[in-house]
Amino acid sequence: MKRRTLGMASAGLALPIAAPALAQGGPIEISFWHGLPQPLGGLLEGIANQFNESQRRFRIVSSFRGSYPETMVAAIAGFRASSAPHIVQMFEVGTGTMMSAGRAVKPLHELLAETGVSINFDDYLPAVKGYYSLSDGRMMSMPFNSSTAIMFYNKDAFRRAGLNPDQAPATWADIRAAAARLKAAGHEMPFTTAWPTWCQVEQLSAIHNTPLATLDNGFGGLGAELAINNPLMLRHLNTLVEMGRENTFRWGGRDGAGDALFANGSAAMIHASSGARARFVRELPGGVANMGVAMLPYYNDVAGAPLNSIIGGASFWAMNRGPNATRSADENRGIAEFFAFLAQARVAAAWHTETGFLPVTKAAFEQVRASGFYTQNPGADIPIQQLLRGGGQMTGNTRGIRLGGFVEIRVIMQEEMERALQGGQTPQQALTNTVTRGNVVLRNFERSNRA
Amino acid sequence: MSRPAPASYLFRGTALPWLLLLPQLVITGLFFFWPAGQAVWQSLLREDAFGLRSEFVGLENFADVLADPTWLAAFGRTLLFSGSVASLALISALFLAVQADRNIRGASAFKTLLIWPYAVAPAVAAVLWLFMFHPNIGIFGRMLNAAGIAWDYKLNGDQAMLLVIVASAWKQVSYNFIFFLAGLQSIPKSVLEAAAIDGASPRYRFWTVVFPLLSPTAFFLLVVNLVYAFFDTFGVIHALTQGGPGKATETLIYRVYTDGVVNLNLGSSAAQSVILMVLVVGLTFAQFRYVERKVHY
Repeated sequence: MKRRTLGMASAGLALPIAAPALAQGGPIEISFWHGLPQPLGGLLEGIANQFNESQRRFRIVSSFRGSYPETMVAAIAGFRASSAPHIVQMFEVGTGTMMSAGRAVKPLHELLAETGVSINFDDYLPAVKGYYSLSDGRMMSMPFNSSTAIMFYNKDAFRRAGLNPDQAPATWADIRAAAARLKAAGHEMPFTTAWPTWCQVEQLSAIHNTPLATLDNGFGGLGAELAINNPLMLRHLNTLVEMGRENTFRWGGRDGAGDALFANGSAAMIHASSGARARFVRELPGGVANMGVAMLPYYNDVAGAPLNSIIGGASFWAMNRGPNATRSADENRGIAEFFAFLAQARVAAAWHTETGFLPVTKAAFEQVRASGFYTQNPGADIPIQQLLRGGGQMTGNTRGIRLGGFVEIRVIMQEEMERALQGGQTPQQALTNTVTRGNVVLRNFERSNRA
Repeated sequence: MSRPAPASYLFRGTALPWLLLLPQLVITGLFFFWPAGQAVWQSLLREDAFGLRSEFVGLENFADVLADPTWLAAFGRTLLFSGSVASLALISALFLAVQADRNIRGASAFKTLLIWPYAVAPAVAAVLWLFMFHPNIGIFGRMLNAAGIAWDYKLNGDQAMLLVIVASAWKQVSYNFIFFLAGLQSIPKSVLEAAAIDGASPRYRFWTVVFPLLSPTAFFLLVVNLVYAFFDTFGVIHALTQGGPGKATETLIYRVYTDGVVNLNLGSSAAQSVILMVLVVGLTFAQFRYVERKVHY
């Protein structure tokens, strides 16, 4: 309640300031809210500044709004108070919510059609394009920072434990063996994970071609139900609980909290976003030479595994200002031109090499490969190879996840995992509870978003 | 207070009194009644996050909340948490105030130091505790683990609860300390001296003379501390545990935040706020009605 009141008050204050700027004929301001902390946020704002310098008609005003979930909430509160940003960076988990957001968002295909700006989406990686488009292929939001989960490991720690630092564990059996060796060599934290549900539930399901939810993980409609109460997930949660008991796996905390444990050198192996590369290169003791990169492990006795992993990260959504306020043609034009700027191979390639996020277009990938970046930085192409694992032919289980209320479902998954890891319930109970509680969220979302 | 007569002696007409009251009325209306009214209205609706589709559902949100086992568990947890925070903060503050009230060298320096934590914002206080007790980067967290105690409040619910209780209580000790100290200093020395001459031991003097005379202060602080533990500990919990692990530190106020702000389930969140509002009104009423009777003024 209070937030909304404050939002309204600040909207009232902001209007008179913005109005004279327009009257004086200055550039049209396009507000852009993002959820990337440093160093990524600075790099992102740098790209927006390049756009500002490339032309004089529009000016992107970037502002950092906290974590991804906080940015999402801020944008929604802004919309309700008629002060939504022109562009908001929305993490992949919020995609389902945004797609059902009706007139709150301006679908990308509409925006481009109205402004006459064209972007060649055929050049985008299928995994990226598929995530942000409707079933008929029309784009809903602008893909930008896409990542996937990969494994990072500390080569020094491997060396000290007598493991080969140039050969990463490829299967879960290998992971357990390596973790046991590290433990025996006195390492305190052989393995941890960031984004526990994304890396250990969502990616694991995709890699093993196992559904996370019915109706192709929700792509088929709002009626989807969670399907993680399956033998594969039970087996995996058992693995994690056993490793926790043997002190070879340490729970690093929810969401991205685990990153810090690898960055400061405490954890020997971590599953994290490929976008964490920028931070690890800067912070990991020993730097990039000490950082091993590998694909996520799999259970090699599961038929058909491994398939491609799914993407994460975020895309940019164009938003209307409020429930009863749309954008002017000029404003839409500015948004569309900024998006077209981002789609250039040069921009996408620079973002990829600086951060570890994916090169979202084939042209960007070719450009980076031709520059010799991958030979100079071994492992930098691991994320893209992993996305194409299994031949690059996506199934309904590997296209992605499109569930409404998925932010809440992730919290539920993390809560139930935590209780299983601390011994408060069995892995089976954790899965049963997750499905029961998660389905309540899905049904509520279906009910309040029925067309 | 039952006779309105004195007012008419002071003011001719009603315009001036209303005018003088106006600022307070506007503030109360704007910052309490309007948002509280909105919360009540919202609690009767079921809405999508963007507020585009809304459906009147009557008391359904309340029924859902009250039937939800995780909410009922949070309710019990909140009672445990608030009771522990209030008693820990009151007892340690009283102890410190009694010590500081003695004629010791540098008493004023101690007093100043003890008051300092109150100037620390809850979120900052929580970060201080985080840096002390984080199992991997905290000084004491590492010490505990080195000493063979498996300290990991990120996974152990009981340890997490202990940590948020102690951190929340620590934040409130200074406030209680000031009030207890003022209360102690207002007790007439002659009463204590008379008791001492009669041969009462210090301990006996404390329980029979000092404590009863302090009871109005203690009662006031009890109300303030309980309300603090209910509502103002959000920052501490948010920065330290975010309600986890599992739901081990999710109190009612934290749950209102999670359901409303994170999960965007506004109807349920509003219903929970209304329930909380009723609870606190009831709690305060009960305290003044029943507990106050036992207080010596």
